[in-house]
Amino acid sequence: MRFTVNGVPREVDVEGDMPLLWVLRDELGITSVKYGCGIAQCGACTVHVDGIAMRSCQLPADSLEGAAITTLEGLAEGETLHAVQEAWIAHQVAQCGYCQAGQMMQAADLLATVPDPTDADIDDFMGGNLCRCGTYPRIRAAIHDAAARLREG
Amino acid sequence: MSRVGKIARRSFLIGSAVLAGGVAFGVYTVRRPHENPLEAGLAEGEVTFNPWVLIGPERITLITPHADVGQGVAHMQAMLLAEEMRLDPGQFDISFGDPSPAYWNRAMGEEGAPFLSSDQGFAARTTRTAMGAVMKVLGMQVTGGSTSTPDSFDKLRLAGAMARETLRRAGEIRTSIPSDQLRCESGAVVLPDGIRIPYTELSAQAATIDPVEDAPLTPRSEWRLIGQETERLDIVAKSTGQQVYGIDVSVPGMVHAAARVNPRRGVLSSYDASAARAMRGVSEVVEVTNGVAVVADNTWRAFQAVNAVECTWGPAPYPAEQADHWAEVAASFTDARLDREWRAEGDVEAALSGDVIEAEYRAPYVAHQPLEPLNAIVRVTEAGVEVWTGHQMPRFLQQQVAGVTGHEAEQVTFHNQFSGGSFGHRLEFQHVTLAAEIAMQMPGVPVKLTLQREEDFAQDFPRQIGMARGHGAVANGRVEAADIQIAAVSSSRSQMGRIGQNVPGPDSQIPAGVWNAPYAIPSYRVRAYAVPELAPTSSWRSVGASSSGFFGESFLDELIHAAGADPLAERLRLANDPRAVAVLEAVAEMSGWGRSPGENRGLGVAMVESFGVPVAEVIEVETTPQGIRIRDVWVAAEVGTVVDPVAFENQVQGGVIWGLGHAINCEITFADGMAEQSNFDSHDGMRIWQAPRIAVRGVELGGPVRGIGEPPVPPAAPALANAIFAATGQRLREMPFNRFVDFV
Repeated sequence: MRFTVNGVPREVDVEGDMPLLWVLRDELGITSVKYGCGIAQCGACTVHVDGIAMRSCQLPADSLEGAAITTLEGLAEGETLHAVQEAWIAHQVAQCGYCQAGQMMQAADLLATVPDPTDADIDDFMGGNLCRCGTYPRIRAAIHDAAARLREG
Repeated sequence: MSRVGKIARRSFLIGSAVLAGGVAFGVYTVRRPHENPLEAGLAEGEVTFNPWVLIGPERITLITPHADVGQGVAHMQAMLLAEEMRLDPGQFDISFGDPSPAYWNRAMGEEGAPFLSSDQGFAARTTRTAMGAVMKVLGMQVTGGSTSTPDSFDKLRLAGAMARETLRRAGEIRTSIPSDQLRCESGAVVLPDGIRIPYTELSAQAATIDPVEDAPLTPRSEWRLIGQETERLDIVAKSTGQQVYGIDVSVPGMVHAAARVNPRRGVLSSYDASAARAMRGVSEVVEVTNGVAVVADNTWRAFQAVNAVECTWGPAPYPAEQADHWAEVAASFTDARLDREWRAEGDVEAALSGDVIEAEYRAPYVAHQPLEPLNAIVRVTEAGVEVWTGHQMPRFLQQQVAGVTGHEAEQVTFHNQFSGGSFGHRLEFQHVTLAAEIAMQMPGVPVKLTLQREEDFAQDFPRQIGMARGHGAVANGRVEAADIQIAAVSSSRSQMGRIGQNVPGPDSQIPAGVWNAPYAIPSYRVRAYAVPELAPTSSWRSVGASSSGFFGESFLDELIHAAGADPLAERLRLANDPRAVAVLEAVAEMSGWGRSPGENRGLGVAMVESFGVPVAEVIEVETTPQGIRIRDVWVAAEVGTVVDPVAFENQVQGGVIWGLGHAINCEITFADGMAEQSNFDSHDGMRIWQAPRIAVRGVELGGPVRGIGEPPVPPAAPALANAIFAATGQRLREMPFNRFVDFV
């Protein structure tokens, strides 16, 4: 299978049904993508596939030929962090932090779709991303902040 | 281990009045300091003044031995040291350090003494001191019980001050300028003319002098870091995907393992691994205690293969069906199972001779399930063992692993890791010893065991199951009597029993939050009943108070409503501790208590003290066509001094969400001896769309500094149930509440 990860062409020789999650973690060593549930119930494994936030635990490798995959490492542009990451730092969202890469990938897609989301938009779009530490109030605040940062450019 | 250590280990009990071992230590044993573990590994030019500070020519390393499971204690510990050392963030590295008795937890001994937090009497003080001695002699390095901040607050400031003053003395020797003319500032000793000598350049000099033992602490008015909003040391790594957790650690030559252990916790009767052995990437199939493990070249391949093993499991050593668990609990309100009468004030029998208000409550088993599944890397060689995982009891981990591999505990090298949550889960050892069992069968090869989420659920040791019966009386608009009986399995005994620790005496966690409630009810009796072990259980964030707090504060609310009194005003009238009064007054003000919340809305309040911290919560709910929506929570907690305001708010908000989410929709039930819930589709917790706004206030009355990781949890469930009653008239007496009402 051939695809790009964060702009870099990659080729892997794996079973067609190996989920992208494990291709990224165990075959390519990209560990920001987390295993949480394996059944699309927690969102810790969220990445962008051709710009859309998706659960990498549910994407078989053989569905990814030619895809452009982005992980949190690829969200920043060089040294410049994505507005979502800047907001996550400014609001000190993370506790254990294990879900936060997935949360940020989902939030980045939300803001690409809805530039100025309401709390209801956030609740709808982020509802599949579980945080066991309970950082939801800060996630909401950080998304509003990131939206403002993106508007201001 | 020494003989005295063995005696103490056998008789040690967190939370018991029984201190059989405590009196056995001589004064010398107790006073003798533990060796500084940093001394053994000092390189050329490095110096250490105490177990928390290491300074070399190139870098400064601060040791933060309390495990960071997301609660932010690595940062908190570093800030305490850096404050006194006059270091700025960025001028030092942090390390969890090697396991050492020097990192014994003083606060856990003191907090575990079964006395009211307000009790400063002789027995209370003596017992706290004795339990502290037990912790010290055993070198109990434990992160838990919301003790990291109280344990560290004085200890690490003193360690930092000692380092600072010793470096200043070294500066004096170097420059011949009297030390009172030298300042310590921003990682350097500063001369009167402004010339700076970085600490790193003074390490060799400092190594030649005795550490300054009587260094003064920085007054609060001069704190730069403590009590201030600082940027967590791990926040950038956790916002850029760079944070390495145990599950991310990679060791050269490492293989990946997955396991399935009997979900009934019985034996593995037989298995057929022929299909698994033929699968791509699989190198080994090995037997482990009560189960089977597969080793492969990739985690997913190991998962697939172990799931392809056909296993026949033996029966459970506990009742196979959930109804029988409840029946056993319900049958435990007997004199024979009385664990202790914890409180007896007034004349309860007389007070209950007239009209009696009765109610019965239930709290189910609940799973921990932090988002990072349990995992561990173990490498076994003849010379020793290496372990990489995130764990809260490093020295017990060494002992447990050594018990599997046949080494001495000292031969087990432990590399502690940042963890993706715990909530009590990473106080357990089974996943680590399981990894050691597999690694034993592949000498020299680092084996990483990762539990599938379903396996993590199946092998979780859940929160205790319990019930309560309340009998009470009211008169003249007041609560006059409350007689509360609580029956639960002892999670403390279950947990300690798994590591060979005997737990004699009553378990104060069974009635936690009720026996110590800071209320002066004229007639008040609390009796705890110990239900014999059913399914094995463990500490779950806030332990006993997570269920008993719900019982006590729900029943009190029922009595207050029966009396026709105001729920918050009557609690304030009953409160007999200034800290409890302060948090109740705070949430009254924050929530605008007394206002009419409007149609379809209701306000509820609860206040529970746990781990020495009274926390009051007011919750506002709204009934909607889609179900009950939790709109707002107002929380006030009294911890003496708020050491890290960012972590404080995060822990309070997270604790409230933890308490609410599980009260709404989580339970573990058993059928055919197995937990019926296996993933987050059947044990949800709170999602963002259910999360209320949460306003937080830290009340600082300046008393002992206490921890905030657990105390916000217990009041959440009763405050919610009380709010739902206010909004709907429906009283919820059993968790999870979604068995009875719908939530948005």
